[in-house]
Formats: sequence, C-alpha cells, structure tokens
Amino acid sequence: MTDTLVAFDDVLASYDPALGLEVHVELNTNTKMFCGCPAVFGGEPNTQVCPTCLGLPGAMPVVNAKAIESAIRIGLALNCEIAEWCRFARKNYFYPDMPKNFQTSQYDEPIAFEGFMDVDVDGETFRVEIERAHMEEDTGKSLHVGGATGRIHGADHSLVDYNRAGIPLIEIVTKPITGAGEKAPAVARAYVSQLRDLIVALGVSEARMDQGNLRADVNLSLAPKGAGTLGTRTETKNVNSFRSVERAVRYEMQRHAGILDDGGSILQETRHWHEDTGITTSGREKSDAEDYRYFPEPDLVPVAPSREWVEELRGTLPENPLLKRARLQADWGYTDLEMRDVIAAGVVGLIEETVAAGASPQAARKWWLSELGRRANDAGVDITELGVSPAQVAAVQALVDAGTVNDKLARQVFDGLIAGEGTPEEIVAARGLAVVSDDGALGAAVDAAIAANPDVADKIRDGKVAAAGALIGAVMKEMKGQADAGRVRELILEKLQ
Amino acid sequence: MPEITRDEVAHLANLARIDLDDAELDHLAPQLSVILESVASISGVAGEDIPPTSHALPLTNVFREDVVRPSLTPEQALSGAPAVDQQRFSVPRILGEEA
Repeated sequence: MTDTLVAFDDVLASYDPALGLEVHVELNTNTKMFCGCPAVFGGEPNTQVCPTCLGLPGAMPVVNAKAIESAIRIGLALNCEIAEWCRFARKNYFYPDMPKNFQTSQYDEPIAFEGFMDVDVDGETFRVEIERAHMEEDTGKSLHVGGATGRIHGADHSLVDYNRAGIPLIEIVTKPITGAGEKAPAVARAYVSQLRDLIVALGVSEARMDQGNLRADVNLSLAPKGAGTLGTRTETKNVNSFRSVERAVRYEMQRHAGILDDGGSILQETRHWHEDTGITTSGREKSDAEDYRYFPEPDLVPVAPSREWVEELRGTLPENPLLKRARLQADWGYTDLEMRDVIAAGVVGLIEETVAAGASPQAARKWWLSELGRRANDAGVDITELGVSPAQVAAVQALVDAGTVNDKLARQVFDGLIAGEGTPEEIVAARGLAVVSDDGALGAAVDAAIAANPDVADKIRDGKVAAAGALIGAVMKEMKGQADAGRVRELILEKLQ
Repeated sequence: MPEITRDEVAHLANLARIDLDDAELDHLAPQLSVILESVASISGVAGEDIPPTSHALPLTNVFREDVVRPSLTPEQALSGAPAVDQQRFSVPRILGEEA
C-alpha cells in the first residue's frame, strides 16, 4: 500500500506538528551494566556473556558504578534534576533478544528528570524540554535467517548473539516539542546533532550513529492548526543519521496529514524507517505500558547518589555547547553566515577535530562544507558515513600546504579515501597524484604547448603576459592537472621573454 | 478484593506466549484470583506508617567497579541452548513483531 503524502507546505497550512525524541546512548564503559563482561563492540558472537547477562538461574546483577556516574553527568549536562533515590525496574516482555524475559530498566523513578537543552536552528534558539534520562540495558542482536533477505517476514528462525545484551544505555526522552511549525524537521535534526556533540564532549559514549551507539526514535503527531492539542502519535524507530531524523519527521508529517485529510485517524504504532527509500512502514502496534508489567527489580538495591557526589560530577562538565559555538566562531574567525552554514550542515564537531589535527579553520570548512558535504548529499548518506575522518582531512590539507597536491588533485585523494584505498599519502603514491614541479618534465610540456599555440606565444612575446593563462591551461591539460601551475608560468615567461 | 478476570488471564497468557484453551482459562483464572487475594491480605497487616518496599535489606548504592571479569567461553554459554547455529542461539521465528 502506498501512503498518500500531502505537500509539506499544505501540511503546515492545516496542522501543527508535535515532536518527541527518544535517544538511546550506549555508554563506553569497560563492562556491562550489571556484570563484568566486556562492553566492547565487534567481538565474535557470544564471547562476551556470563550467567548474569544470559539470565541463568541464580545469577545476581550488580550495578556498574561508572555507568551511574555517566548517567548523572548526562543528566546534569541536560540541566536535569538528579534523583536523590531511585530504583531499577523489570520491563517484562517475551522476545528472544533478552534472555531474561525482561529488560532491567528504570520506569517511574529515572535517575535524571526535568531538564532542557537549547537548540540552535538557523540562528534561532528552541528550548527542548527534557522529561527524563533513565538507565537501562541494551538487548542482544538477532539475525533472521531463512527468509529471502534476512528481514523478519518469512524468516524461519532467528540467531541471537548476546554480546550486546546488558551494555549500559541511557535513554533521553524529550517532552512534546510544539511550536516548531515548518522548522520541526530541522529542530529534530538539530536536537539530535547537538545532543551528540554534548555526549562526545562528555566522553561517555563513542556516539557513532552508524554503529548504533546513538539511536533515535522519532515520535510525531499532528493537531489541527491552532487547536493547542496533541494528536495521536507514531514512533519511528532506529533512525540512524541526523539527515534521516530530519527526513523521517518530514515524511511522517506528510503521511499523517494524508490520513487526517481523508477523514482517517492515526493508529498509534511503531514505524520502521527505510533509509534507502526514505519512507516509513508499519511495525507493531504499541504495547500499552501496563503490558510490560513493570515492577521494582528485587535483585538490585536503590541508587541514592549523595549530593556531594552529584556536585563533584557537576564540576566535571564540559563547556555549554551554545557558548562553545560562540567561542569556536571567534577562534576560527568565521562570519555569522559561515558559522550558520557549518552548524546547519552538522559539521562543527568535524571541523573542530580537523583543526585540532592541524588544518586551518578555513581549509577545514572548505573541505567539509563544500567538497565532502556535496559528496554526502550526492550519495544520499550522512557526512559521517562517507568514511573520511577529520584526521584524514587534515592530512590532505597538509599535502596541499606542502605543495604535494593542489586542490583539484586533493579531490581525487578524497575519491581514494572514500574508496578505502589507504592513507592520503598512500593514495597520492598509488594514484600518482603528486604535483610535478620538476623542470625537465614541465619544460617539455611547456615547449609542446608553445609549439601547438604559436599565436598565443607571439602575444606573450609582444608583452601580453595575461595570455600566458591559455598556455598554462594547455600544460595542465597535458599533465592531467598535476603540473605546478606557478612553476609552469615561470617557465613560459622565461622561454618567451 | 483484587480479582483477576478470565479476560485478564487470557491477555497475560498471550503476552507470555502461553497457549491456554478455554477449559484451562476456566480452571486457572479463579485459582489466580485466590492467590492474589492471599497475597493481598498483607495489605491488611501493613499500616499507613509502613511504606511499600521492594527490597528486604535497608541498603542503597551497592556498586561494582568498572573492571572486566572473564566471560564464559562460547561453548559454555551455548551449552544449555536447545539449538545452536553460527555460534548463536537459534530460536523459533518471531511472528509478526520486532522489538
């Protein structure tokens, strides 16, 4: 069934969107939330499991102190209250991704609550109210086999790896975000992007969306324009790039409006996001909270962080992201427009890392915003998924600064980086991209260009130095862009004057 | 008096993936009601001054240092699995739902 989509402007003419974002952050602790199994990514299946995270009888969980510390720091950075006393709960459900038949989570007593984050969108600040940040554990990974494509429909059985089961997660839940109107998709994206910057600054997670360290669920509802009510929401799960967050909000707004315009009603359900086609499809109907039969976890005692500890952790918080942006703009000497562009493109953190790796702020901006931003757009992927790191961008710029390559050749180095051909230096060597400034090779090309363009050569002999451009162009073409343009010019003038 | 209805038992059985037929529901629902009533008699003993508790010990903040301890070997981990494939637990297919 194809969904009827209403044009975005028409959605806004009739409805007010309300957003809600749930972001799961996988902490970078050494061990899992409730046991000493390693919490690293990428191990062989079922090599990081023990009786506790396998839910074997008699195993007892014990809380990871570092995870509590990270949770409190995230809460404080989001301007939350920190609970004086809170508990874990069992969220009961029967699905093989949790071998215990429940997930240990927090329910009505989150460790952090009632906070906010100020989000900058095109120079305008939106305050996103945070309802809660609570602790829970990640689930195992299921591989569905037997079906045509590994998707769940038609799968004969599922293979489960519990290495991820029990890795500490912090789930950060916003209150409904209303009043964003046409900017709702951009606000959603900016919130997730800024939240990621904050998590990175706190150092509590790798926060890589492509590896699932940071996963966003996007809630969206529409209400009749001006009614001031909240409509029925859908929850689009696992939207795994900033760009997709924006697209998913826009898509759901258009889809909801299509149903409501037709006199239909929205089914409260989970939706799946399809990165390739940019649409959502129906998942399961959302269980009522009571179906999870939450109850306090009897195997864990309450967590009661002392106020002294909380204040000590407050002292470890990084710079406020908005103030930090102002500072970076001053440090980098960007104009307001330049800064707005890099914020909108979500590359502030990337530029910061590139500058830290030695590139000038202007060079870092040029590569991330123009070259790599365009490529990400063309490929329909998030810029972080291109496979080019800030350190590599700085290395490419270092090659430009050293005169090894020019900007044009540097673009070919990026081709090589995206294709996974090695380091920038290796790519220059393997592809033969280095600029030629050797007089022997250049001199021969210059002689050939002069011979092929006698009219132009005569003009230069007559003192029309500007005409040299045509000969430089011919030499560059002959040498596939790899000639040192400055040296070519010198040689031409030497030979003709 | 807490009472669990036949419909509620059927709903819980569905959530727990337990297949109960009508005769079993008729048989079990009243029994579960009796059990709940028995447990509920504690409410009669607990006064206003006794807060509900989830733990028998008056403890808080029992934490563990973030230090790796040895895990099981995959052979040990999978030794109790009814079926194993590709070093993973093999489970029946999941019908029409995804967590």
